[in-house]
Amino acid sequence: MLLEIKGLRVKAEDKEILKGVDLRVNPGEVHAIMGPNGSGKSTLARALSGHPDYEVTGGEVLYNGKDLLAMEPEDRAREGVFMAFQYPVEIPGINNAYFLKAALNAVRKHNGEEELDALEFMTLIKEKAKVLEMDQSMMSRSVNEGFSGGEKKRNEIFHMAVLEPKLAILDETDSGLDIDALKIVSNGVNALRSPDRAMIVVTHYQRLLNYIVPDFVHVLSEGRIVKSGGKELALELEAKGYTWLEQGAAAR
Amino acid sequence: MTPVAERQEPFVAAYERLKTSQSIGPAWLRDARAAAMRQFAERGFPTTRHEDWRFTNISPIAETVFAPSGPAPTAAQIAAHLFAEAKPYVAVIAGGRFAPELSSLDGLPDGVFVGSLAAALGSTSDRLQPALAQIAVGDHPFVWLNTALFEDGVLVRVPANTVLDRPIQIHIASDAATDPTVSHPRVLISAGDNSQCSLIESYGGPEGQTYFTNAVTEAVVAPGAIVHHVKVQRESRKAFHVAGTFARLGRGAVFSSHNISLGGGIVRNDISALMDGEGAEATLNGLYLADGDRLVDNHTVIDHATAHCPSHELYKGVLGGKARAVFNGKIFVRQDAQKTNAKQTNKALLLSDDAQINTKPQLEIFADDVKCTHGAAIGQLDEDALFYLRARGIGRLDARDLLIRAFAGEVLQQVQPAAIHDRLEALMLDALPRG
Repeated sequence: MLLEIKGLRVKAEDKEILKGVDLRVNPGEVHAIMGPNGSGKSTLARALSGHPDYEVTGGEVLYNGKDLLAMEPEDRAREGVFMAFQYPVEIPGINNAYFLKAALNAVRKHNGEEELDALEFMTLIKEKAKVLEMDQSMMSRSVNEGFSGGEKKRNEIFHMAVLEPKLAILDETDSGLDIDALKIVSNGVNALRSPDRAMIVVTHYQRLLNYIVPDFVHVLSEGRIVKSGGKELALELEAKGYTWLEQGAAAR
Repeated sequence: MTPVAERQEPFVAAYERLKTSQSIGPAWLRDARAAAMRQFAERGFPTTRHEDWRFTNISPIAETVFAPSGPAPTAAQIAAHLFAEAKPYVAVIAGGRFAPELSSLDGLPDGVFVGSLAAALGSTSDRLQPALAQIAVGDHPFVWLNTALFEDGVLVRVPANTVLDRPIQIHIASDAATDPTVSHPRVLISAGDNSQCSLIESYGGPEGQTYFTNAVTEAVVAPGAIVHHVKVQRESRKAFHVAGTFARLGRGAVFSSHNISLGGGIVRNDISALMDGEGAEATLNGLYLADGDRLVDNHTVIDHATAHCPSHELYKGVLGGKARAVFNGKIFVRQDAQKTNAKQTNKALLLSDDAQINTKPQLEIFADDVKCTHGAAIGQLDEDALFYLRARGIGRLDARDLLIRAFAGEVLQQVQPAAIHDRLEALMLDALPRG
């Protein structure tokens, strides 16, 4: 098993958001996490990536059998955990390609691989950029600075394509995308599906899942996974909305 | 506390010795020195009651007894400070005196002079009179001290319509040996009409030594001339560094100053540009780093005395530990200086809770048709950016360095000559506060 989340409880700003989440992810699987606003979807994604604003108060997360929660964010990344940010950060003054090279070489170094030189790196990113229709200027501009919403999300998936993680967590990657951008991003993600790579796709809407078809769908509500199923569960949610969940929760 | 008169005594004694030597210079300089010494003796060292020194306590300087000069630096010590990548002509000042044996000035174009200021005062004194001690004026005790006490330094004279092919580096070396030493290096730059030159003024001494560099640089930028000046200060972290760069710009002249302050224990820079002809353009940029209990104080003055002059100013600082910094940016727009366009920005990154900066923009505008803006921002590293970098696999310290590099890059990338950008960035990273 690649990832095993057991009874995960997470606090943010002194408020308990996740109240015992269980999830098991095998290599090659794509899991969608759906749920209404405030259900804790993004909290789950951010806690897994090690964001300092999220405090784990209980449970455990095993990644390849290792204690993920004990690792620094950079070590999680180097071990193959990748997060595509809901809000990619603009960093003026740091060239996108330069940044990505530093990241890739940090990962390679961690894995005992040779660092890539500038030429090898440029050859690599040229190839990866094609699928995402990234133009050259997006490489030479500062990280995300002045990028449109769609460009930012494409850039996230581009980072993922270059870093080739074992576990990719996509945090509301569809938010703010028009249909053309959504298709480009989805193509990029689908090109990265492979038997040894797992993905957790966090989304509010079923729309994204038309393009990135999940193996499993989980519904998160009030900090717990309340329902799990196959891809048809996403369609059911689309048809019925999330209100039935809240009614169910109220009835409990 | 030592009585004021007593603290000044060694400097007064140095002046009395100088008066009887050749180095005192021609009569007009002798008068200027006497006036400066008189002012210093009357006023003494500035205290924190003095508005321009409010946050900068220089009593460690005033209370130290300095020997006149230390051992001469070796060529190897100098070499570490030279920007060979820019292929500069090199003039070295050691212990306040021009050191020809450490300089390399071969191949200077015809008519260009770079060499001993004292020697030039002996031979072509009349030509220096309108400039020397005429630009570095005002209420500044350390400038008075330098004017009264400098024995030598470097003169750079670029004749009209001459474009220098390579930069000139003036390296000012200090060494203390056993006792703390003091030197008063003096530099005069005279750029003729429509000439062009680029200067690197560097400072350094052996790490860990206590010495006092009290430097003054004056630049006359004649009409239509272009002068780029970058100062790279890498003094010992226990050294005292007080220095002024004073430029006077003629009609249509262009002057840029980049004040890169990486070393020193107590550092005070005064950088000043007088817009003395219409259409002159000045850029005063700076980058300063400090950690531990070090102090760096930058005072700048842009004096718009004439109309139609743009000025640009960008100062950035990175402070760690218990370091303190002062930024004071004065912009005067005189009554006749219509259509002035002045922009000032200063930003500081505080890497620790105990680091501190006092910042004060000071705009005094007496003309009515002008555009002046200023902005200040003091903050910590952007936590979101830091996390973003780490989430991609970049370690905490590397991520921090990347962000600082990006922050400092805005200043460093503007430095002329561009050939020294990479080296400056590496020196900056070496000097970054650790931990």
